[in-house]
Amino acid sequence: MSAHASHGDHHGTQGHDDHGHGGGHGHHNAEYPFLAHHFETPAQQFDSAKLGMWLFLVTEVLFFGALFVGYAVLRSRFPDVFKYASAYLDTTMGAINTGVLILSSLTMAMGVYCAQTGRKTALIVCLWLTMAGAAGFMVIKYFEYTHKFHVHLVWGEGFYKPVTDDGGLQRAELSSTAVVPLTPAQTTMSSGAVSAQQAATPSFVQLPAGELTAIAPPAQGPAGMAPEVIDAKAAEHAADPSTHGHEALHLQDASMPPNTHLFFAIYYAMTGLHGIHVLIGMGVIGWLIVRASRGDFGPKYYTPVDLVGLYWHIVDLVWIFLFPLFYLID
Amino acid sequence: MTTLPARPAAPTYDTPESDNYLIHDKGFLSWILTLDHKRIGVMYTVSVLLSFLVGGIFALLVRTELLTPGRTFIDADTFNHFFTLHGAVMVFLVIIPSIPAALGNFVLPIMLGAKDVAFPRLNLFSYHLWIAGAICTVVSLVMGSFDTGWTFYTPYSTTTSAGGVVPVIVGAFILGFSSIFTGMNFIVTIHKLRPPGMTWFRMPLFLWALYATALIQVLATPVLAITLALVAVERLANIGIFNPAMGGDPVLYQHFFWFYSHPAVYIMIVPAMGIISELIAVHSHRQIFGYRFIAFSSVAIAIFSFIVWGHHMFTSGQSPLMNTLFSAITYSVAIPSAVKIFNWICTLYKGSITLNTPMLYALAFIILFTIGGLTGLHLATLSTDVHLHDTYFVVAHFHYTMMGSALIAMVGGLHHWWPKITGRMYNDKLGMIACAIVFIGFNITFFTQFMLGSHGMPRRYYDYQPEFQTYHVISTIGSYIMAGGFVLTAMYLIQSLVSGKRAPANPWGGATLEWECTSPPPYYNFHEAPKVGEPYDFSNLQWDERGEGYVTVKPTEAKA
Repeated sequence: MSAHASHGDHHGTQGHDDHGHGGGHGHHNAEYPFLAHHFETPAQQFDSAKLGMWLFLVTEVLFFGALFVGYAVLRSRFPDVFKYASAYLDTTMGAINTGVLILSSLTMAMGVYCAQTGRKTALIVCLWLTMAGAAGFMVIKYFEYTHKFHVHLVWGEGFYKPVTDDGGLQRAELSSTAVVPLTPAQTTMSSGAVSAQQAATPSFVQLPAGELTAIAPPAQGPAGMAPEVIDAKAAEHAADPSTHGHEALHLQDASMPPNTHLFFAIYYAMTGLHGIHVLIGMGVIGWLIVRASRGDFGPKYYTPVDLVGLYWHIVDLVWIFLFPLFYLID
Repeated sequence: MTTLPARPAAPTYDTPESDNYLIHDKGFLSWILTLDHKRIGVMYTVSVLLSFLVGGIFALLVRTELLTPGRTFIDADTFNHFFTLHGAVMVFLVIIPSIPAALGNFVLPIMLGAKDVAFPRLNLFSYHLWIAGAICTVVSLVMGSFDTGWTFYTPYSTTTSAGGVVPVIVGAFILGFSSIFTGMNFIVTIHKLRPPGMTWFRMPLFLWALYATALIQVLATPVLAITLALVAVERLANIGIFNPAMGGDPVLYQHFFWFYSHPAVYIMIVPAMGIISELIAVHSHRQIFGYRFIAFSSVAIAIFSFIVWGHHMFTSGQSPLMNTLFSAITYSVAIPSAVKIFNWICTLYKGSITLNTPMLYALAFIILFTIGGLTGLHLATLSTDVHLHDTYFVVAHFHYTMMGSALIAMVGGLHHWWPKITGRMYNDKLGMIACAIVFIGFNITFFTQFMLGSHGMPRRYYDYQPEFQTYHVISTIGSYIMAGGFVLTAMYLIQSLVSGKRAPANPWGGATLEWECTSPPPYYNFHEAPKVGEPYDFSNLQWDERGEGYVTVKPTEAKA
């Protein structure tokens, strides 16, 4: 941030250190080198930063909040789908991840305490432990996602595709943002292809117009994929030797309610967004480790540790809601 | 710079310009990487005005096409792209950032008596995000543009063959974060950076308005961000949440979208009202009438803004109960709006009005906003809305509020603070003429559209019945007149930069703190701690012939 530095320099050379109301401070302030020019006291700077962070957390809550509303709408419309599909999630892995995140929140809180009390080594250890928790969470998440991609527990079209194309699966494994494995003709996702796909695939159930707008669940679920279609797909699937070990069990299940793909759509949307937040958290915790090793933090100045701590707790908190909402249905 | 002479606190009209924020640093990088809120405000202003030019050109193209039924000079598909671009550019790139980010950034810290906003780097980042959002819009144009309307309604937006939908959605997402960060910055600045003496009820009303606006920006915009992200994912990966063909719900999209976008229209209008409060009080040299009512009505509008979004969906299949509730709550927004109008009129009453360009814009605002607000009641009424929904009546209504009110206030505010921002005076006569041309052109353009709409002309249509043609021709001619007014405005404003008279510190006789520092303000806003007084107490201000500006007459400072 060279611009910032030059800002401070100008300030210093201009001799404004004593201007303002009650004595402003520049970057050259010996006692508080971290104090920005437009704040009067370290307390004012800290309070401002903290209020700003809380406002940011409010935006985060609203950011996820819309997805929670989407979840509520889908779940109230298709309660059977959520009940059914939740069983495909690995509760053990989810529970371990919950524990890992809660522990990492604890180490983060301890880190803030260490920063406040000036224990540099302990702070660095706590930050590394938090980082380890975050990484552990992502590793477990990676295994969960990878397994689901293998057995086509994905969003949209891919959910109904029998496992046939290893190349396509390979692509899906490489990146959680990869497009659902599609047949070669469909891999270009131009909008034309999208509509062609929709026309070609009978798997999706169109609701009667009246039900599109009502929030209340339909008295009876709309007719789903015809059993014979499922049987045909299952037979095709069983005949393919390449699927050995990667059973797309849901495709063989005649009792699967229609629109089950929507569960996975919202599952990936919410856990994916949460995962992105964990990755961002790892980034800023890494930045804290660098700064803590440099000895930037102490009882006088620990604002970044405190704020990242708040961020990390909200990431944890979101997961604490996601875990029961997806893994513990029924 | 240490040799800078100590300056007197108040009038500095006879001190030669030695240092100000415009000449403090030189070079392109000193602007694009600046952390100074004033420079960021100026960059926003320039960017927003350039976008306004682009959006305006699209508007003129759309109006020109509508001169005749059927094809006039572009095909229907291009027409769809043009009105979409007009809407998206005007909403996301122009009106939403125009007052808070552009004028607000410049004025807020000085008015407050602070040296900068709370987070200068975040402020610069907001501007860079704005640039990134604008670039995404250009990328979208290159990739085939978009024809979804600025509302991106699903399932059309997820299935249209226009190639630029995803880039523009990414752009709107980024612009949303630009707006969120500006809002966060303003809230913290107002809470934490008020100097001693600047109590909440000594804050100028523009700051109250910016505060209310910032609350909406912070609380509503994240919902738009995630909604647009879902639309992009829907388009790229076909997840189906908004797709009725896959069991999803397009009306859920509309709820999400309007949960942001209704508050967003108050992001546009509330700060505009704040500007008008300043213009009316300063240019009628009279204590503002009903200060607390105006202040609280801003906050009340901000709160109401979150519970009226359903009035955009009266015909989307909402339940009758929801429709009734949303209709009733929508009516109640009229109360705080009317409180403001009446208070402004009471301020004018027996004021010593200076009829200059900013004042003329303020009067135009009152008239146009009254028309825009009252026609909103027709649309809030369930029975009439069914008839008027998606007609030109709606187009006319929101142009009266967004353009006739929000943008007119922005232009009025620009004229009010132009001497402060640039240090130059513009030609006031030309300013008043241009304002009159804009006002007349605006009414010819959009009042006609009320009639078009109530006669049944649907909005966004390329073709129309021959009986509508007269109205369309009148409306188009009005838009040309309006464009002429804005061209004239641009000409005399640019001319003022080149050869305008030097502006005194206080050309209008304002009592808020920004008029106490020089024009343009020094790099750190105040050489000495400003003395915070009543923002609308004009009794100590006197016209001074020598400096052609107002000076503060106080016993201790009279010798200056």
